[in-house]
Amino acid sequence: MPVRISLSPFTLPATTLAATATSLPSPHRGSLSLFRNGRYPVVPAHRPNQLRPHHSRHWPPRIHPRLRRLRCRKNRPPSRPQPLLRAHFSSLPLQDLAAFLQSQSPSPPPSSAPSDGNLTAVELTTRHMYSDVEITSHSPEPLEHSRQFNLDLAGPRVLFCADSAVDLMLKSGTSQYMEFKSVDASFVCGGDGKLATVPDSRSAIFKDTSLGLAEKTRLSSFFKLVEGHLKSDDERKISAEDLESPFIAFLSKMWLPPKDTMIDDVVGHWTMYLHDGIILYAIAMADYDQSDTDVCKDVLKTRDGINRLALYHSSVGRFSNALGALIYPIYGQGELPQGFCRRAAVKGCLYFSGSYKGVKVASGQELFSHQMVLGPSFIVPSPLFKSSPDSLQDVRGKVARGICITKTSVKPGVSNCLVIYPPKSLYPEQVTSVRVLQTGSSLAGCPSGMFVFYLSALCDDANQGKKSLHAAVNAIFSVPISGTPDHGSTDESENTQVKPTLLWSALYIQEMTTCSFESISSTPMPDGSLNYNDILDATKELFHKMFPDEEFFPETTFSEPEDGELDESPNGESLDS
Amino acid sequence: MHGRPRKAPTPQEEKALALKASKLRPLQSQFLQFHHNKTYTKEALEVCAKLLEANPEYLTAWNYRKIAVEHILSHSETETETDPESIKSIFSEELRITERALASNYKSYGAWYHRKWVLRKGHSSIDRELQLLEVFLKKDTRNFHAWNYRRFVAALKNRSDEEELQFTTDMISDNFSNYSAWHSRSVLLSQLLEKKVQGYFPKEKVLTEEYNLVHQALFTDPDDQSGWFYHLWLLDQTVKVESPLLVSTWPPHGSSINVSVNGCLDKSALSPMTSFDLSTGTIPVILYFSEAVEGVNSSTINVESIYDTSQDLIWTPLSTNNSGRAQAWLTHLNFLEEKIHFLQANSVKVSAGHSQGITSLNGFHCTHPTEFEFTVYVQPPTPQHADLQCLEMISWGDENFHICETHLKESSPIKFSDQLENNEDNKSTAYKCKAETIANEIALFRELLSEANCKIGKLTLARLLMAHDVITSYNKSSDTNKSVHFEEVLDLYCNLMNSDPPHSQFYKDEYSLVLLQQLTSNPESLLRHCYHYRDSSSSSIHGYICLRLCNLSISRIGSIKQLLWIQMLDLSHNQLHSIEGLEAMQLLSCLNLSHNQIGTFFALEPLKLLKSLKVLNISYNEIGAHSVDTRRYLCSSPLSHTVGSDWSFSEFAIDGVDVKTYWEAFFIFKDLKLTQLDIIANVVAEEKFKVFLLKLMPTLKWIDDVELQ
Repeated sequence: MPVRISLSPFTLPATTLAATATSLPSPHRGSLSLFRNGRYPVVPAHRPNQLRPHHSRHWPPRIHPRLRRLRCRKNRPPSRPQPLLRAHFSSLPLQDLAAFLQSQSPSPPPSSAPSDGNLTAVELTTRHMYSDVEITSHSPEPLEHSRQFNLDLAGPRVLFCADSAVDLMLKSGTSQYMEFKSVDASFVCGGDGKLATVPDSRSAIFKDTSLGLAEKTRLSSFFKLVEGHLKSDDERKISAEDLESPFIAFLSKMWLPPKDTMIDDVVGHWTMYLHDGIILYAIAMADYDQSDTDVCKDVLKTRDGINRLALYHSSVGRFSNALGALIYPIYGQGELPQGFCRRAAVKGCLYFSGSYKGVKVASGQELFSHQMVLGPSFIVPSPLFKSSPDSLQDVRGKVARGICITKTSVKPGVSNCLVIYPPKSLYPEQVTSVRVLQTGSSLAGCPSGMFVFYLSALCDDANQGKKSLHAAVNAIFSVPISGTPDHGSTDESENTQVKPTLLWSALYIQEMTTCSFESISSTPMPDGSLNYNDILDATKELFHKMFPDEEFFPETTFSEPEDGELDESPNGESLDS
Repeated sequence: MHGRPRKAPTPQEEKALALKASKLRPLQSQFLQFHHNKTYTKEALEVCAKLLEANPEYLTAWNYRKIAVEHILSHSETETETDPESIKSIFSEELRITERALASNYKSYGAWYHRKWVLRKGHSSIDRELQLLEVFLKKDTRNFHAWNYRRFVAALKNRSDEEELQFTTDMISDNFSNYSAWHSRSVLLSQLLEKKVQGYFPKEKVLTEEYNLVHQALFTDPDDQSGWFYHLWLLDQTVKVESPLLVSTWPPHGSSINVSVNGCLDKSALSPMTSFDLSTGTIPVILYFSEAVEGVNSSTINVESIYDTSQDLIWTPLSTNNSGRAQAWLTHLNFLEEKIHFLQANSVKVSAGHSQGITSLNGFHCTHPTEFEFTVYVQPPTPQHADLQCLEMISWGDENFHICETHLKESSPIKFSDQLENNEDNKSTAYKCKAETIANEIALFRELLSEANCKIGKLTLARLLMAHDVITSYNKSSDTNKSVHFEEVLDLYCNLMNSDPPHSQFYKDEYSLVLLQQLTSNPESLLRHCYHYRDSSSSSIHGYICLRLCNLSISRIGSIKQLLWIQMLDLSHNQLHSIEGLEAMQLLSCLNLSHNQIGTFFALEPLKLLKSLKVLNISYNEIGAHSVDTRRYLCSSPLSHTVGSDWSFSEFAIDGVDVKTYWEAFFIFKDLKLTQLDIIANVVAEEKFKVFLLKLMPTLKWIDDVELQ
């Protein structure tokens, strides 16, 4: 069987797709318009007749009213195009997700492709992007409601309100196809295993009951320092030397009491740890243990640390109806690619990808183009590329991901929250932080009364990743012993908080690949970070290499009044001054 | 909403403003026409409404509406429209107009007042008001109009103080940088504490909780001032002694006073500190309270003496304002010559607080019974001494001041009148609690200052340290380990003066008060500044003891209660710009204020009350240098119609001098009986002025060291 190369741009990160699309205003490049009814720009390879050349002046204007209607419809159900087309960024029903993870089988041996004139057809192979899939079901309940789930394949992933992805959505108008909800709270796990609120704003510090008074002063004065630095006030700038130093060194420098008090006692050490935990892992979202230079693969520099703090802080209060710094799309991550595609469709763009010389679709149709972008799981066989014999991309390590379903929240009364387990907080050898995103039914990712948890941790190998995930799962949930699935932790003493009982879980290891650009370009796999910034940057780079003269996402102006879901408050920042 | 710099209007904005004004003008004149003609028709009211919507700050229009509503109501009564529905509709129309006005400017005083006026009439529902307030507080959480109005509505609705307190808690946890919320909290808590509502007693417990809350704000952002204001209020609640106390007297308790009848005491034999010249035939008695009080009179103060009964005594407040309230009160005991028993112990007993009547500004009564006793010895006249020696010129040169002899120190009769405050109550648990709270606060703010360099934190620490000293000083039993923080506080103020130059005058004043408190805190340190005045060029022995507080950079006078006995005071070479409080030193006869920063004659107003003042040195000051005195409207002056109606300038008219230009000097000096005045090196001190002074004070014998013929 020939490998079905989906021409669908959904193998690209959504942003790539739209970027590619908007930048091709005319058919001069011999590009093709793949469009079906103005809805979901899918490319069904088995219906090649619908492919038609694109001429921008022939763009049917009647598309617009339909889209408008679509947008105005209230309580829009989640759109469900063929899930696999969105590949690694999709949100899937529970059974589909399980099936998808397990279906990542090696590609069949290439069939001999006939030579056509002086062109040689080369079969593409795919490779495992997911491995060590471990699906456990402790209760039949989630499976019964399988279709009511929208589980993210590349979770946990959220958006910071001040993210460049949010800016891009606002700029391109994509935001009007999506609704977001704010993540209500962030917690960080302390050394005692208890979850503490992340005091991420002035009023959060004020309300926090776990911090000591002096710690409050230090924490807020540190935030002020960052603010002062960012306001490009020359006096308050952090020195260039400091900016190049590791962030943790800078933090401990700031944290040391100005007077020569010795912090040799346990309490002093613990408070230091706590603060570094909050700033490094819960706000700056560092992955690796920053205090252990042996295992730390990615030492966060002060400059980057400050930028991440800045992102966090400018996120708080950017939108008047978002409580914290983080937002999450209703119906799941898969909405983002959809949104970009729709926007692209409305704007009369192409979904395009080409091949080195051409692509032969599974149905036999041949498409020719100078450039082609492939999804990350494809391997182009060696004859074409001498330089990189096996694959287009570098494998960049792995990320362990997990999806867990429960019926109770990790914190009573909190529906959506982020929980950070900094390195060493779960077990002494824990090298990377484990991030857990809990989403409730208000985000439409699960049936009401249930909660979905996404976990992720960077790892070198499957064992390490699985160990982190298992430790986190055991820390958060009470896992029913097989055979007695309904026995929770009810026999625990009453004053300890009852952990949520695990109903269903899927743990897997995902390969990470970088973006590559050659004559056949390839997009990256979802990375291990919490937001889309790195993916967006990679996309931008790819775009600029492919189309050096084009602007990435020209500004879109709206002719119709928007009832935008994102309600930006222009004076949100000045109100609390 | 806050902290936005003012921007100069752009030409477009100016144009828009001008356009708006041109539209308003005809409307306004039309409205005024109606107002003058007392027209209250529907049309007139509509014009008024339109005007107010455009400009809610127009108070005349609001007043017009009030008159109009009253007019319509009073006239409708004669007709048939007296049903409650129509009255209600009239008022709801008024509410609607205020709402519209507030929508255009939610800080309009007139609109808020009008709304209150309408609601007070009681014809409208108040259910909507809280919702409305929510809208306004959402726009600006600090809007004090809205907070004010909220308290008004809560009172109308009989919402409990607890509920309102919870509201402030919620607002504060939302954003603690909210002066209005903190203020509202202090108002509500005062009410709850006063009523001793369930859960708000004992006071100490409630205050501790409040301290804990405000600490969260202070430590989260030490630079945000809103919490500090609340902390200051809490500190005041902690330290404050509610009822006023008699803290000091002259003559002091247990003292023996020597007086001479003809002004010539044999001072070599007697302590100069308690010798007193009875040339006037009276002895002053001064009561000094912990705060300004009223109601000191012969019925509230009981005096037992063989010469006087309290009924005959007239107590006068020693204060430069006319409020009738003063910290110091004065009366004179008469020692009439015919009744005097020479060299006999004449015991005088004064008691206060035995009955209510002496009240502070806050309405608290001085309830603590206090009693003091002193003995008066009248020296027999010594005719061999001529009157001459009393009239020697005082020279302030250093050579005339001699260190007090040691025997004087030992036999010092200076009584520190603290003991008047001391009583059993002070040892109660409440005091212990207060002392603990303050000590705890001190420790916390020391910690804060080690974390952050914070001006207001330093100021608070200084205040706390002083409060600590005050509280521990009440508790005499802990005298042994009493820690005194004067040095640390002075350091803090010095530090603040340097780091916060815009407010250095305030810190300097505080510094001065603390320094004086330190100097007067015990007899030893006070005596270190006491000198014997003996004119080296003169053969006579002048018995003054002079308190010399020179070169101390003090800018204000304080600790008067320890200085009531002073007869000669040298405050030269300081930075005094005011001598407020000096009026209580009734025995003062020689005062040196040279080389200070006194800017106007008004600053010398306390001198008017010092009837025994004979020698005054105000040379080398800045009198006359400041053409505008910012305090002028606070002082008694012809401008404020408090004084001057009975002045007869014409008497003092001198050729070529417009006396009215010297009316300030006239005001200060006209009642003084100075014999010696130094006024050289002031801007005002020109020849003409001196002539004027000589005419004003015929008693003068020396002016600027020149003996007058």
